[in-house]
Amino acid sequence: MSVTEQQYAPGEHPDLPPPLGEAGLIAWFKKRLFSSVGNTILTLVAVFFLYHVLSAIIFWTLTGATFTGETKADCDLGGACWLVIGDRFHQFMYGLYPTDQYWRPNLTFILMVVAIVPVLFDNIPHRGKFLLFSAIFPFIAFYLLSGGWGLETVDTDEWGGLLLTLVLGVTGIVASLPIGIVLALGRRSNMPIVRTLCVCFIEFIRGVPLITILFMASNMLPLFLPEGVNFDKLLRALIGVALFSSAYMAEVIRGGLQAIPKGQYEGADAMGLSYWQSMRLIILPQALRIVIPGIVNTFIGLYKDTTLVSIIGLFDLIGIGLVAVADVKWRGLAPETYAFIALLFFISCFAMSRYSLWLENKLHTGHKR
Amino acid sequence: MSNASTNTSKKTDEVAIQLNGVHKWYGQFHVLKDINLNVQRGERIVICGPSGSGKSTLIRCINRLEEHQQGDIIVDNIELTGNLKNIDAIRREVGMCFQHFNLFPHLSVLENCTLAPIWVRKMPKKEAEEIAMHYLERVKIPDQASKFPGQLSGGQQQRVAIARSLCMNPRIMLFDEPTSALDPEMIAEVLDTMIELAETGMTMLCVTHEMGFARKVADRVIFMDGGEIIEQNEPEEFFNNPQSERTQKFLSQILAH
Ligand SMILES: Nc1ncnc2c1ncn2[C@@H]1O[C@H](COP(=O)(O)OP(=O)(O)OP(=O)(O)O)[C@@H](O)[C@H]1O
Ligand SMILES: [Mg+2]
Repeated sequence: MSVTEQQYAPGEHPDLPPPLGEAGLIAWFKKRLFSSVGNTILTLVAVFFLYHVLSAIIFWTLTGATFTGETKADCDLGGACWLVIGDRFHQFMYGLYPTDQYWRPNLTFILMVVAIVPVLFDNIPHRGKFLLFSAIFPFIAFYLLSGGWGLETVDTDEWGGLLLTLVLGVTGIVASLPIGIVLALGRRSNMPIVRTLCVCFIEFIRGVPLITILFMASNMLPLFLPEGVNFDKLLRALIGVALFSSAYMAEVIRGGLQAIPKGQYEGADAMGLSYWQSMRLIILPQALRIVIPGIVNTFIGLYKDTTLVSIIGLFDLIGIGLVAVADVKWRGLAPETYAFIALLFFISCFAMSRYSLWLENKLHTGHKR
Repeated sequence: MSNASTNTSKKTDEVAIQLNGVHKWYGQFHVLKDINLNVQRGERIVICGPSGSGKSTLIRCINRLEEHQQGDIIVDNIELTGNLKNIDAIRREVGMCFQHFNLFPHLSVLENCTLAPIWVRKMPKKEAEEIAMHYLERVKIPDQASKFPGQLSGGQQQRVAIARSLCMNPRIMLFDEPTSALDPEMIAEVLDTMIELAETGMTMLCVTHEMGFARKVADRVIFMDGGEIIEQNEPEEFFNNPQSERTQKFLSQILAH
């Protein structure tokens, strides 16, 4: 313990600064990694394995990998052959989008960043105006990507790669949260018809695999529609993905609603707030905060589930990857292709999970749960 | 606290709350049995009684946190029925403080106080904040305005809850055991706030076992047991000369401590 414990008369004890953490890197290492013989052995074994795994990964991805060249024959260093990515990079990004129109997805992406930032962070200046832009962004994006009104029309069949994955993921995320909230509130409603409808919807959607919903949306839906009415395949997939994830979202949010003590509802009622006011101002802000990890979990799951659309013939990242792997010129380069796709997914998903951690910390207001 | 009542009654002839033959059941369980009660404007009423006697249920019926099944409740000349408009109108005029404060933990103290004025009374934010600060000063915690409820002591939280109700400028205040979750030191500070409030002539219905408070400010003490009003009287009479056996027993139990 401490070296000099000074004595004070009762009631005279001054406020002292808190004790310093144990100083020094060496002390830290000693305490955490080498505190006993057993721990030292464990540390050494772990280091040994880490070294082998990491050095193999670094060799394959970087030091032993080929970055320049023309054909597969140039890849003779023993590691990964990244040429396939370079060769098909544009397809990975845009799918079959017309080459001379690439500026449109690029511009959409930049505008998307501008639209998302004010939604995610509340401390930026003029947030209100930016939020207005966020609200109209989906329409701008739709116009930019699909064309018409002076821009060359690009069929959604030609959208692909990361572009398509982002369109599916972002639309699914943006749609599933509000639909999920409405479903969750509906399921807890006092009105029997509303409640029954919500329960049926949620249970039905949760009871079937996403892939069947996508198949139904792409193959069966046209059978039910009147002759001649034919709406876009991508749109159908979007609706399928959004409905699917909103059912999950609803249950996550319902969990949050149930965690709110009855006193909060009564406090809001006693003050004369209406149902929608108390939901919006009191209940949902707290419920959503409790379930941030669950919400982000659902978002991440949804984002990755969008890859299933490759099965109904849309060329998202996986769809493009399948084409690349099947290319005779690059035969046998599946690991590189999938590693690249994995990296792209990892970046987005990791960003989402870090954001959720940051948000949880920010919203922590000192009350215990 | 002194035995002599410092009570200067602000009671008027106007009726604030009227309960006629009110009954309530929880499933098969008959909680409130034929409650008849008239509260004058400016009257301060303390309700006491053993646990489970229906005190909370009674005052929660007055602002419709619980629904009664028989009889009439008329608050501020508005009849309490299923009509949502009437319920909202009554809740705007009736403030309530709970045993567990029920502050909103995600909002700062100031936001807790301005929420209802802004959203229910449609008051401009600035005006609402001025009013909130006024009442926070009255409950003696203006310096805590920017903190969150979770950062305050229990007594401070209950005073914020009182200030929050007062910001709606209610004509009637209901208290459901506002001090029973607090330590003795904090009980005193909350009671002081309530005594000050009583002196302004607010109509108050207060469920509490603080008999000192009842002696000091109440115009009338009501004793409930088994869902019925057993006895009601002025505090001096009530404490010195209880009529029914059950009241005597109850008083001897709580005054024994
Ligand atoms: N939601 C409910 N459902 C069923 N019974 C209930 C419910 N709320 C209260 N009760 C019962 O009604 C009776 C009266 O409850 P109430 O809360 O009004 O008592 P109280 O007089 O306030 O007691 P305390 O002093 O312990 O707060 C109790 O017997 C209780 O068990
Ligand atoms: Mg009670």
